[in-house]
Amino acid sequence: MTQDLLYTIASIALFGIGLFGLIVVRHIIRKILAINMMGVSVFMLLVASASNVDGAADPVLHAMVLTGIVVAIAGTALSLFLASKIHSLGQASDSDGR
Amino acid sequence: MGFDLFLDSCIVIGILTLACLCLATKNLFTAIILFISLGLFVTIAWVRLDAPDLAIAEAAIGAGLTGALLLATWRQLRIEPADRDADTGSKSGGHNVSNR
Amino acid sequence: MFQTAEFQENNHANEIPVVGRILCAIAIGALSLGLIVVLMFTDNSSSMLPSLVQDKLTQSGVDNPVTAVLLNFRSYDTLLEIGVLLIVAVAMLPGVPVGSVVNRDMPGGNRPSGRLVSIVPNAQVNPVLEAILRWLVPMIIVMAGYMLWTGASLPGGAFQSGALLAGAGVLVQLSGRIQFCFTSTMAKLLLTIGLITFVIVAVGVAAITGVILQYPVTLASPLILVIEGAATLSIAAILLLLYNSLATQTFEMSPEPSALNEEPSALNEEPSASNEEPSASNEEPSALDEEPSALDEEPSALDEEPSALGK
Repeated sequence: MTQDLLYTIASIALFGIGLFGLIVVRHIIRKILAINMMGVSVFMLLVASASNVDGAADPVLHAMVLTGIVVAIAGTALSLFLASKIHSLGQASDSDGR
Repeated sequence: MGFDLFLDSCIVIGILTLACLCLATKNLFTAIILFISLGLFVTIAWVRLDAPDLAIAEAAIGAGLTGALLLATWRQLRIEPADRDADTGSKSGGHNVSNR
Repeated sequence: MFQTAEFQENNHANEIPVVGRILCAIAIGALSLGLIVVLMFTDNSSSMLPSLVQDKLTQSGVDNPVTAVLLNFRSYDTLLEIGVLLIVAVAMLPGVPVGSVVNRDMPGGNRPSGRLVSIVPNAQVNPVLEAILRWLVPMIIVMAGYMLWTGASLPGGAFQSGALLAGAGVLVQLSGRIQFCFTSTMAKLLLTIGLITFVIVAVGVAAITGVILQYPVTLASPLILVIEGAATLSIAAILLLLYNSLATQTFEMSPEPSALNEEPSALNEEPSASNEEPSASNEEPSALDEEPSALDEEPSALDEEPSALGK
């Protein structure tokens, strides 16, 4: 078992854990955590396949993952913002006795 | 080759264990802290996979800033529900860290 | 499973039953095994991209292959990425009246077109954090500058540098002494300068070489440095704005519970250690901020309560 194969299997397993968490877990912040975990697993898969080449690592995939990390935090921030707003809306409608 | 594989499998087992624990724990604060630790383990994984640029970016952005954002949201979510407990009459406080 | 957003911890109301969970786990396990089998027999060592990058690296202007790919060979992706960051920043900008988002008046004021960085009067500072930041923030700034400069030949670059600066900004905000106002003109300049510089360079080199984003080989190195410098400032400002709006923005939809106005006002401080004293001074602005909220029937009656409780 080489290093790439080990990290490939790890990334698929992490993706599976994240997907299971996304479906099963109730709390919305944990769902956001699960989505992030799925994103991290995809990055790990990309980098594991980038290190396959003997010698230098594949820089195109590294650049893609770097872009992905930055876009993932932007998406996480926006989703947390929306969750916070939904929470406050739920506060308001809860008091109306829905 | 043997020690490298052992080190990589330790990191992988750590990542998967942290992922399971993060989603299974009852306390949301614990889940967030475990997620930050997962980000740091992934940083080590990037180093092992010969991606130092990614390791720096993941440590700063993935583990650091995402953790800060999550904790700020956690704090937002904790403040409001305490208002509705008219019977307990407790202020939100927000100083006690544990949710127990 | 995606019908309502659940915010209560340990609320077992609409949970998926155990049988469903086991079936779900089996399905995901089968999917994962299938993916692993497929990936084990995939041969991806026949990619030509690494050799292509290595051949053209001397013409790219930098020595670090990842930086060369990010800012020269695939610069269009980076341009769009900075654009995406700016879009998310605009969505989370404080003071934008989207629906019922109201930016609370913090002590010291979060006035539009105020100063970007201002000292909080009567601040509840965290003394240990403030003391260590006197040493830490200059070191972080130097480190970020180094990371930007050395991105040309060693691991580093604009994104890492911007993230370091944003981390320094988060620490500064946590100390309680300084607050950031992202509706000031300086903030607007910092947020947009990355994208503007990138677009100007992209279109400008088209005048020389005829193709957008194709740098002339002799000018590639300084152009990349200019783009990276502007992008660092922009990325740092955007990431700091993301944290700032999550940590200091509260939303009020309808003001019926008067207690609801007290507690979120306690949030309007930077999340420093103790918030008791500044929250009393926040009752006044919270009463005044009832007016712009969406539902206006009740605030006039309830305006008395927070101010009465606050005195």
